[in-house]
Amino acid sequence: MTSRQDTLAGLRRSLATLEPAGMELAPEARFTFGIAGLDAAIGGGLPRAALHEIFAASAADGPAATGMGLSMTLRACGRSRSLVWVRQDMVAQETGELYAPGLADWGADPGRIIMVRVRDARAALRAANEALRCGALGAVIMEPWGQPEVLDLTATRRLAAACARSGVGLFLIRLAAEPVPSAALSRWSVRAAPSLPLEAGAPGHPVFQLDLLRHRAGFPPRRWYVEWDREQSSFREPALSRGVVSSPALRPRAPAAAARWRHAG
Amino acid sequence: MVLARVRGAQRIAHADRRALELGLRPGLTLADARARVPDLSIEDENPAADHALIERLAGWCERYTPMVGLSTPDGLNLDITGCAHLFGGEAALRNDLRVRLAQAGFSPRTALASTPDAAAALARYSPGGVVPSGGEAAAVRPLPLAALGLDAERITALARAGLKTIADLADRPRAPLAARFGADLLDRLVRTLGEVDSPISPRTPLPELAAERRFAEPIGRAEDVLGTLQQLAGDLASVLEARGEGGRIFEGAFFRADGAVRRIRVQTGQAMRGPDALARLFDERLDALADPIDPGFGFDMIRLSVLAAEVKAQSQTRLDGEEQTDERIAEAVDRLGARFNPAKVLRFVAHESHVPERAAHTPPYFSGPASEASWTGPQPDDPPLRPLRLFASPEPVEETLSEVPDGPPRRFRWRRVMHEVAHAEGPERIAPEWWKDEEGAATRDYFRVEDREGRRFWLYREGLYTAETGHPRWFVHGLFA
Repeated sequence: MTSRQDTLAGLRRSLATLEPAGMELAPEARFTFGIAGLDAAIGGGLPRAALHEIFAASAADGPAATGMGLSMTLRACGRSRSLVWVRQDMVAQETGELYAPGLADWGADPGRIIMVRVRDARAALRAANEALRCGALGAVIMEPWGQPEVLDLTATRRLAAACARSGVGLFLIRLAAEPVPSAALSRWSVRAAPSLPLEAGAPGHPVFQLDLLRHRAGFPPRRWYVEWDREQSSFREPALSRGVVSSPALRPRAPAAAARWRHAG
Repeated sequence: MVLARVRGAQRIAHADRRALELGLRPGLTLADARARVPDLSIEDENPAADHALIERLAGWCERYTPMVGLSTPDGLNLDITGCAHLFGGEAALRNDLRVRLAQAGFSPRTALASTPDAAAALARYSPGGVVPSGGEAAAVRPLPLAALGLDAERITALARAGLKTIADLADRPRAPLAARFGADLLDRLVRTLGEVDSPISPRTPLPELAAERRFAEPIGRAEDVLGTLQQLAGDLASVLEARGEGGRIFEGAFFRADGAVRRIRVQTGQAMRGPDALARLFDERLDALADPIDPGFGFDMIRLSVLAAEVKAQSQTRLDGEEQTDERIAEAVDRLGARFNPAKVLRFVAHESHVPERAAHTPPYFSGPASEASWTGPQPDDPPLRPLRLFASPEPVEETLSEVPDGPPRRFRWRRVMHEVAHAEGPERIAPEWWKDEEGAATRDYFRVEDREGRRFWLYREGLYTAETGHPRWFVHGLFA
């Protein structure tokens, strides 16, 4: 009995050395979302040089997950650093190609993005591991499709270790996948949420429903609504509380004030 | 063994030595041959396989010189200018080639002369040998006219005129010959006589620079191969450095002891010459090969060539370290390209076009110059006006319902799901580029649309309502995040 407890304690110790809890990091080693409440709830921000998983909450939320992954990447390393974006062919077939003008509109610099197209998840893993060896990169984004078996605990642990070694963060965008045990430092689920319409009922700045599913340091799961401000390259709280479905029908000529007022009701 | 071919009758196309000894010559019909020798082993002619074999032989011959050209249909031309001393002279080189080919089961006919045409004529129509420079004319004179590579009709016509050997032709006044039998006859004649040289067109592009190692004892271990590559890269690096250049495309050629040759190319994003980085690239490439290099009984020669080089400045250290960052990123991209195929490592290039699918290209990272067009974001207060993802082929939507003919849809069905539109903006009218599109391309009205769940789409209606079409169709072209 004691020997088993010894073994357990030993394992815990070795785990603790393997996985920095993220609490003792200096502020420079973290990136924030730009929303005070959210950042406070996760200990002042997420470590840059770590593996973060972003799941699409449903099949239709793939673009939201891509957007959130890109936004977090931009928060982590800014738009002037180079990114490697590893994309599985299947993702492009199912959900469309990355569109450079859209990336630029999102606040990224497409000229700084190196896209690697790979056939399967195994190749995606290799590419990400290879890219993570280069400490000069700002971050790596990996977008595999579905629930590949190769993307298991061992593989993610290797990725996380590569992040820690080179100081480059990895943002793993998971489409058509369910969370399974992984070595990710944080795990999020993203769903598109109704935006606050602009004048004349035009769709507004993108809003997401963001769920923290798991954080290695044990911060409890929570839900936030966040809006992406592409100009500031920052998240912010949407101006109105949620829970109200946005305006019932299309009103092409409705003035902005009226639209907002209707919302609040 | 005799190869047969159908041309009206089945005739012998090629015969091996034993068949020749029995008096079976090419051109004989199969029936005649059978009458003389009942016990024949016959194969159908297979030009594709012949060609593949000659190609493989040509690849193998590149161990002697990079200048190997095909001499149709069944010969090879090797330009060994400047290469012979590596093998101990011209005769020794020819000997080496004959011995090795004989070991592989071939009975080659070889001749060495100052011009490829003379050598080809001598190899095909004489016992061959090494012709000293200037002796070509004397050597080819006794050969039959067929040695000029003429077609059968002209040979017959010349024979009727009493001209049978090259000497007969060479002694005639040339102008009437050209008038009667065509100018190319004269060309062939002067080239074969060695009066005019003709270049060999090499089957593979000539390297800018190459270094090679031969091994008395073939090597096969991966570490040895990589170590050799690194040494060769070191040899090349000093030359490249002296020239102020770096390589963009490198090719490793692995000559197996049994004759097979494998070539592996590595491409880099920037000119480079560092042996270590180059060895790493080859390591990645060799590791990622779908069908790995099989050393078999080992390689007896490895050559590393620079196929493309360009000017590379002396590396300088800048104070801000920016240079170093770019260089490290370029190296990482090279490694990714070496592992995954350079065509899979892409960059985004802006293109001046208002047609959405033409506004951006994703060429390979290694190719071409940067674009002049730049990315312009939307106005400061606007949300993104272009989607993050664009479908390569727009996907049709059904059951659209619009309040006004020119307005956005109130709902639509896409991928079997009905979406109720909550907000929309548009139309943004995009006309086809009439100077590029074929006739009939319709104007598109784009709408930014958000459904009740908050999913954002980029829809368009194809065709103006009344002017272009009565029943416009709707498509999803992209997805906003």
